[in-house]
Amino acid sequence: MGGWLQLENLGLTEGGVRIVADVTLEIGAGRTAILGPNGAGKSTLLRLMHGLLKPSAGRVAWPQPLSQGMVFQRPVMLRSSALANIEYGLALRGHAPDERRRRAQAALERVGLPELAGRQAKRLSGGEQQRVALARAWALEPQVLFLDEPTASLDPLSSREVERIVGEIAAAGTKIVMTTHNLGQARRMADEIVFIEGGRLLEQTPAAEFFRQPRTDAAREFIREEIG
Amino acid sequence: MNEISASLGLAGELIAAGDARLAAIVGLSLRVSLTATLLSCVLGMPLGALLSVGRFPGRRTLIVLTNGFMGLPPVVVGLIVYLLLSRAGPLGSFGLLFTPAAMIVAQTVLITPIIAALTRQVIEDEWREYREQLRSLGARRVRVARTLLWNARFSLTTAALAGFGRAIAEVGAVMIVGGNIDGVTRVMTTTIALETSKGDLPLALALGAILIGVVLAINTGAYLFKQWAERRWG
Ligand SMILES: Nc1ncnc2c1ncn2[C@@H]1O[C@H](COP(=O)(O)OP(=O)(O)OP(=O)(O)O)[C@@H](O)[C@H]1O
Ligand SMILES: [Mg+2]
Repeated sequence: MGGWLQLENLGLTEGGVRIVADVTLEIGAGRTAILGPNGAGKSTLLRLMHGLLKPSAGRVAWPQPLSQGMVFQRPVMLRSSALANIEYGLALRGHAPDERRRRAQAALERVGLPELAGRQAKRLSGGEQQRVALARAWALEPQVLFLDEPTASLDPLSSREVERIVGEIAAAGTKIVMTTHNLGQARRMADEIVFIEGGRLLEQTPAAEFFRQPRTDAAREFIREEIG
Repeated sequence: MNEISASLGLAGELIAAGDARLAAIVGLSLRVSLTATLLSCVLGMPLGALLSVGRFPGRRTLIVLTNGFMGLPPVVVGLIVYLLLSRAGPLGSFGLLFTPAAMIVAQTVLITPIIAALTRQVIEDEWREYREQLRSLGARRVRVARTLLWNARFSLTTAALAGFGRAIAEVGAVMIVGGNIDGVTRVMTTTIALETSKGDLPLALALGAILIGVVLAINTGAYLFKQWAERRWG
């Protein structure tokens, strides 16, 4: 077992509905994409991994403790400036004010939005907020970064830009676990694909192989539908 | 009808003349109720925030209590504070009874539950929205409470206003602990009650008009501020 994250018979039942059912998998790749149709349980699985939800069965095991960050499908901004939003996480970790300012500014530049530093974060567009959220998570230099549809509300150009940034973050050694609907994105960004449907793990396959020859009919169907 | 219009006329004259006695009464009312509101915000807002995001024994009981105490009868609060502050009471040595300080204490006791309960509701909504994000960033509960209080600062003006409105309008508590002493502890509401019973309607009416005016002015100011702030901060 060489994975840095292990899920053992993981299950989550909410109000009698099984959202995640008996998922056992081990993540060892640097860049993993979780794929599956709407309502498959992708976001829920990320939350379970990140420790925001308590599993009702099984467990999430970290062989070595790693610092984590997450960018949510719908980012939530505090009622303050974009820069202050990024500084907040740094303040929680006890960084001194000038250090916070420096790192927050660097993070905003990293996502290509340095000119938005002083703007009210809640008034930014959805796409801008998503990039600020990425900067906020990245500024904390987590060892593992969970990204829930990081480009869902971005235009094609910004999507490519975010893909490039995430690629750089991964190249610098941060492990990425992301969800996406976008097969092209998964193909470009992931080393390994985790395919789920109805809260169940259907397959975990190296990315190249997944797109060439998925192991399950459901995945084959999903790829055909998505490509259209 | 005649009497009312005559009294209103006199009231207008009193206000226009800037009657010194009237000004003193209005000033004391504002000083007592604004101070009580400030103290209640300092006590009630953190309490309300901790009640919504905290996990500690007795939390549910405290929630029920603050909700229940929103409707405390002012005379009962006055009576309890009177007993506490009276010479023989546990806090008698401070000699506060029949001073403006005693009135501030009574109004603070009266409105802290209101501000705490309203704050709790506001912060609970915020908590629902921000919970996962703040936990992901690594904020612990006390820090979360602080963050959300600041984040909800504009919505919370409504809680402060509700408290102030209750404080400035109540008679029973200030009457009992202040004693309605002329020139010392006489405020708008106690004066209205007293002058009405003595039959001096012009002064009572003038004060009534001012009381309504003050409440309207403060609410309007707060409303405009909130609008401006929300436009600016989103
Ligand atoms: N707290 C909850 N209570 C009940 N049902 C829930 C809860 N949270 C999620 N669900 C349900 O669980 C399923 C999985 O939700 P989830 O958000 O994980 O899907 P997803 O794969 O991320 O979908 P999408 O692609 O639309 O983002 C959905 O059917 C959803 O309605
Ligand atoms: Mg999702």
